[in-house]
Amino acid sequence: MRVLPCGDRAALVELDTLAEVLGMTEALRADPPTGATDIVPAARTVLVRFDPARTSPDRLAAELAGRERRPATRPGCHTVEIPVRYDGDDLADVARLTGLTPREVAERHQAARYVVAFAGFAPGFAYISGGDPALRVSRRDSPRTAVPAGAVAIADEYSAVYPRESPGGWRIIGRTDLPVWTPDRERPMLLPPGTGVRFVEVRS
Amino acid sequence: MIEILATGPLATIQDLGRPGLAELGVGVSGAADTRSFTLANRLVGNAESAAALELTLGGLAVRFTEHTVVAVTGAPCPLRLAGRAVDMCGPICVAPGQRLDIGTPSCGLRSYVAVRGGIGVEPVLGARATDQLSGLGPPPVTAGQALPVGNAVTGMPAVDHAPQPACHEEPELTVVAGPRHDWFLPEALELLGSVPFEVTPRSNRVGLRLHGPALHRSSAAELAPEPLVAGALQVPPDGQPILFLADHPVTGGYPVIGVVTAADLPLAAQARPGQRVRFRPSEPRGSRCA
Repeated sequence: MRVLPCGDRAALVELDTLAEVLGMTEALRADPPTGATDIVPAARTVLVRFDPARTSPDRLAAELAGRERRPATRPGCHTVEIPVRYDGDDLADVARLTGLTPREVAERHQAARYVVAFAGFAPGFAYISGGDPALRVSRRDSPRTAVPAGAVAIADEYSAVYPRESPGGWRIIGRTDLPVWTPDRERPMLLPPGTGVRFVEVRS
Repeated sequence: MIEILATGPLATIQDLGRPGLAELGVGVSGAADTRSFTLANRLVGNAESAAALELTLGGLAVRFTEHTVVAVTGAPCPLRLAGRAVDMCGPICVAPGQRLDIGTPSCGLRSYVAVRGGIGVEPVLGARATDQLSGLGPPPVTAGQALPVGNAVTGMPAVDHAPQPACHEEPELTVVAGPRHDWFLPEALELLGSVPFEVTPRSNRVGLRLHGPALHRSSAAELAPEPLVAGALQVPPDGQPILFLADHPVTGGYPVIGVVTAADLPLAAQARPGQRVRFRPSEPRGSRCA
């Protein structure tokens, strides 16, 4: 683990695995370092913003370096089922790239257990990790200018549900009617980091 | 009410944004030059976080329906109230029906118009800021619109006139190296600290897209997405850095060579396309291993 400088108001904790990121995020939330104002997980790093009136970069780095690395205690204990129609525009491409049939892609995508790693790209956009390694594909060479809300897509080690229409380069394998981003609600994001996820096929 | 009669290239409602929601994929947003923004609010006796207008290259005409107090800060513009010249950086008393005309700034990029009580549009996720990247918050302000006035008042205006910060022809921005300076050739950091970079017209509230000598990486490895902060100098594969401002993305997949200090971000937010900026490295600090 390394603590990297990130300007004069934040530090970046670098870890080896996503499990360690989830564990560190949970630990820092439960017992925040002095002066920490915000804790933001990503793929292999956790950002800690701080109030310069209450701590210094050196003091924060020292406090962070003393933290133990451990996995989260209960990752994915709250699980959300996402109903999916596997009829996405890139399903055939994904099948071709992975050497599977479209049906096998759908079956393997449902069989895996997932946990939300972090949010980014757009409000409510969850990087859902833990998919079948056989389904690992790169992003499209040319991103779409408009991906519809509810598109279920995969790229690299992640799955995602597009929270609203936006540009996007992930490969769309299906769609869901389940809203994942409702900004007028008290909990606007259906899938915050740490949430367990299952994809379940629905047939129309 | 505040009646919008005309706007310049871009007028948005801003406050101090949505801190603490990055976990939901929501960026901070808010005023790009927070120093000028909070000054405008203090000058009219508002809470520092009250919503105000952020003008890019000036050009606003508004009419007020009630007695109120307004203040204009940031990039210095010619101001006329009911046809008479009035000053920047001080409270301006306005009578019902009077019209305030804001011209084009002589230097700088963003001006702020605070109205006593703040702008009272409905907040979205706790803030009234317009986030141009995510689309959260009210849409940009347009002619013909009427904006409600809020009640974010903390006291009476206490100062007649605040010093107008100088415009910088070639602003110098202090940069803390890291978190990913070690992904670059040693020459890249030296270049960053010694050569001016030009602000290109593709710049906006998301960030300043800079043009200068390419900052080359020492490794072609892929960076897993990591959290970003305002002030981060992210370097895409073409080697031309992007200096992120208020509406920056929550995470990014290109290495960040350094981060401009919070105190110098307002200077970056006032840099116009075509202007050049310089970077001054701050004292280096080592990383800690455990």
